[in-house]
Amino acid sequence: MEMSKTKSAWPEYDDTKGWIIRGLQDGAPIAMGYFAVSFALGITAKEAGINALQGSLMSIGMVASAGEYAAIMLIGAGAGIAEMILTTLVINLRYFLMSCSLTQKLREDVPLWKRFVLAYCVTDELFGISSAVPGYLNPVFTWAAAFISVVGWTLGTALGVIAGNILPDQLISALSVALYGMFLAIIIPPSKKSRFMAGLVMVSMLSSWLFTASPVFSGISSGFRVIILTIIIAGIAAVIRPVDDKGQPVKQVRKVR
Amino acid sequence: MTKNVYCSLLIITLTIYAIRVLPFVFLRKEITNVRIRSFLYYVPYVTLAVMTFPAIISATDSMWSGLAALVVGIIVSLLSGDLFKVAVSSCIAVFLTELIL
Repeated sequence: MEMSKTKSAWPEYDDTKGWIIRGLQDGAPIAMGYFAVSFALGITAKEAGINALQGSLMSIGMVASAGEYAAIMLIGAGAGIAEMILTTLVINLRYFLMSCSLTQKLREDVPLWKRFVLAYCVTDELFGISSAVPGYLNPVFTWAAAFISVVGWTLGTALGVIAGNILPDQLISALSVALYGMFLAIIIPPSKKSRFMAGLVMVSMLSSWLFTASPVFSGISSGFRVIILTIIIAGIAAVIRPVDDKGQPVKQVRKVR
Repeated sequence: MTKNVYCSLLIITLTIYAIRVLPFVFLRKEITNVRIRSFLYYVPYVTLAVMTFPAIISATDSMWSGLAALVVGIIVSLLSGDLFKVAVSSCIAVFLTELIL
C-alpha cells in the first residue's frame, strides 16, 4: 500500500525495533480517535452505574466500541448469562472475519503465543493498519499500535466516567471522525492504482448507505450489516477478480471444487 | 450488584476474546485456495468502507461537518495516504465547518 513520502519505507520483516516505532506512529492517530470515542463511552457507562475502575477494566479487556456499548446496556439491564453471551457474539462477530483475514498475513513460523496476543489486538482500526502492511505482518507492529491505542482507549473511558463534562462539545464532535479518517487513509490510496478497488470501495459504501436508508433493511443492526455486506461484496469480488497475495489479479484460477 | 458487574464484565470479555482468537487457533496454515485467499484479501477494504459510510455523516453534531470530513479525508488520502494527516485533516474539517455553521 502506498504511503506518504515523509515517512521512511516499511521496516524489514525482522527489524523489531523498526516495527515498534512504526506501530507507535500508526497507533498514535488511533489512540487519539479512541480517546474521543471512549470518552463518550465512559459517559454512557457512568449513566448505567459503572464506576471508573470497572470502566477501565472493561476497556482494557474488551477493546471494542459497539461491543462495550452493548456490554453497558446488558449490565445496566441486568441481563442473564445466555443473553449476555449471545448478544456479545452477534455484535462482535465481525472480529471473527477480521481474524481469519489476519491469519493469512502471518508467516507460518509465528509461534502460537504471538498469535494469541495478536488476537487481543483485533479491532477495526488495528486490523485496518495491520492489513495495510505490505507482505507478511510482524505481530510486533500490531502490538505496539495496540499498546498506545489501548492506553488512549482506557484513559478516555476512565475520564469519561469521572469527568464527562469537561471537554467542550465541539472538540468531541471533531475528534469523533478521527477513526473514519483513518479508515479512508487505508481504503482510498489503493483506488488510485486500480479502478477495480475504487469501484469496490464505492459499491461497499453505497450498499451500506442503501442498507441503512431502506426501511426493509434498516432494522438490521450495524454489526450484522457489516458482516452481511462484507461476505456478499468481498465474495463477489473474489469470484470476478481473484488476486494473488500482493493483490495483483490472477488470470488462471485453479478450478476449485 | 458490584460483584455482579465484575462477573458480567469477565463473561463478556472472554466471549469477545474467544471470537478473536478462534481463527488463530484453527487457521495456522496458509490457505492455498485462490478464491478464499482473494475473499480474505478483499475483506478489509469492504469492511472498512461499509463502516465508514454513512456512519461518518452521523458521527458529528451536524451532517454537513460529517460530509466535510468525508470529502477532506478522501482528498488528503489521495494526496498523501498518511494515517495521521488524514485523521487530523478530517477532524479540522469538522471543527471549521461547525464554526461556520
